[in-house]
Amino acid sequence: MPELVVQLTRAGFLALLWLFVFAALRVVRSDLYAASGLRVELPGRRDKQAKRPIGGRKTARQLVVTHGALAGTRIALDGRPILIGRADDSTLVLDDDYASTRHARLSLRGTDWYVEDLGSTNGTYLDRAKVTAPLRVPLGVPIRIGKTVIELRP
Amino acid sequence: MSRPVGLAGGRSDGSATSPGIGPLGKPATRRGTEAWLLGFAAVIMTSALVLVEANQEQELTWAIVWYGLAYFGVFLIAHVAVRRWAPYADPLILPSVAVLNGLGLVMIYRIDLALAAKAEQIGTTHTGDAPKQVIWTAIALALFLAVLILIKDHRTLTRYGYTCGLVGLVALALPALLPRSLSEINGAKVWIKLGFFSIQPGEFAKILLMIFFAAFLVSKRDLFMSAGKRVLGMELPRARDMGPIVIAAGVCLGIFVLQKDLGPALLFFGVVLVLLYVATERFIWVLLGLTLFSVGCVIAYSLFTHVQQRVANWIDPLATYDQPGGGYQIAQGLFGLGTGGVFGTGLGSGRPETVPAANTDFITAAIGEELGFVGLAAVLMIYLLLAMRGLRGALAVRDTFGKLLGGGLAFAIALQVFIIVGGVTKLIPMTGITTPFLSYGGSSLLANYILVALLLRISDAARRPRKPQKPRPQQPAIAEQHTVMVQAPDGPGGKS
Repeated sequence: MPELVVQLTRAGFLALLWLFVFAALRVVRSDLYAASGLRVELPGRRDKQAKRPIGGRKTARQLVVTHGALAGTRIALDGRPILIGRADDSTLVLDDDYASTRHARLSLRGTDWYVEDLGSTNGTYLDRAKVTAPLRVPLGVPIRIGKTVIELRP
Repeated sequence: MSRPVGLAGGRSDGSATSPGIGPLGKPATRRGTEAWLLGFAAVIMTSALVLVEANQEQELTWAIVWYGLAYFGVFLIAHVAVRRWAPYADPLILPSVAVLNGLGLVMIYRIDLALAAKAEQIGTTHTGDAPKQVIWTAIALALFLAVLILIKDHRTLTRYGYTCGLVGLVALALPALLPRSLSEINGAKVWIKLGFFSIQPGEFAKILLMIFFAAFLVSKRDLFMSAGKRVLGMELPRARDMGPIVIAAGVCLGIFVLQKDLGPALLFFGVVLVLLYVATERFIWVLLGLTLFSVGCVIAYSLFTHVQQRVANWIDPLATYDQPGGGYQIAQGLFGLGTGGVFGTGLGSGRPETVPAANTDFITAAIGEELGFVGLAAVLMIYLLLAMRGLRGALAVRDTFGKLLGGGLAFAIALQVFIIVGGVTKLIPMTGITTPFLSYGGSSLLANYILVALLLRISDAARRPRKPQKPRPQQPAIAEQHTVMVQAPDGPGGKS
């Protein structure tokens, strides 16, 4: 073979090998975002769905217990309703004599979280107001259930 | 959210169809990615073959294209099997293996050509190893399919933990106990000769023992976590908990003594240590194991002449260049790497056959000579990808046994590559161990394909969407109905 062809094929094959490595790395990169099923927006494809919550006010990401026996507990909000009460199947299980078995529920409607009382004995309070109908919960406003106080945080 | 990836990824992601998550939020199986990467692997293998044929001044025929297509076809069968039996398996593991195996086949064929030319000069003939390796590849892929089909769920393996351990130990010890005529090839007593071919049971024992250790650690994990005496501010494990690691060290040293082979001992020991560390998250085990291993090494060095020789060859291969069993092989390998330089001599243009055992232990030297540093680095990158994807599967899988086994298997690949490439490049003393997928050898190829099948099985379990998730959304749905009742106080039956 002519020398030039030998040199070109030599470099070409090395390029081919590294092209494979880079193709594989590209798969790795795109997979990073899908790790463990978490949906993280890719730059460039988030413009449709995710603009409003980022541009407008912040959405609640976690629920924090600020007072009471469970103070310091954090629960990540994933859109599923949060049940609060003494029942074992509650999301936040309270060990509080002033709480009912199924005391209150936080649920997501649209982009806002609403709190509702589930017929508790001692009532649920959003800031100072007693919760009788579902109320929208702004960020950082305390919800009192018995001796426990919880808040939504971004 | 201005991530640095935005710069590199903005343009390409606009056109990309779906990176990780398919429509409806279901994790994509990514089998299409695997298929085209396998095609890429076949292209690499074919072009390597063309280059070898051209540079060795062989006749270029259309047969090469058929070889390439056949290679692609064989892996396509594996791909279809993965599609059928492990649809969520990692898409990079199989293509990486295909590239390594293809490159290995071409290198073995290329060394065959050189050795045949050499044999012709002195009037003998050289029987090629490449056809045998092709047959081994086919058998290995059949075994791969069998493992993938038979083991539907890797967790069933925990039931056979002790059986695996026993069989593994017997397989490991068998060559050492058999008479020399049945078990020794080139001074290493690690074989079982079976008429036409011989197998190296240690390669399979490696996987069996890993299954045993993972199963054992999952069931006895608490024992290792319990604290013992505090010595010098470190918590030492209790004496009875140290049993397994002492046994592991003893068995490894026993094999090492009887088989005159440091490589497998180092590999087993390293994998056991990593499994212990992963299971307990306590660094003391690694420290303890390394201490035991260095003590073992010192004892072995003072007792055995062949260990002293290996170390002497490592320290200065040129000093023992002319002695029998001296540094000739390592020195030749280093000369080969030096000849290759950064870009290599080009496939088929070097002289890798001047290194003894160029197609087995020293195949990385042959690759380094013909593809240079750049090519060898790419090969090592592919190994890294393979191990990384294995570890990723182990991290993501939900059961402890899968985590331990996957981590152990992936680490075993990385450690094995380190031991052999480190030996060839004179980083550590040379120990006889195969390069996974690249080097000539049936047992190694079969065992490594089984290993890859297990890794695929584990990564499939890791990425498969959780089954009980289907009934789960129904529960909030029922709860939601309850909400509707409460929510309508101004409706007809509002106050109840």
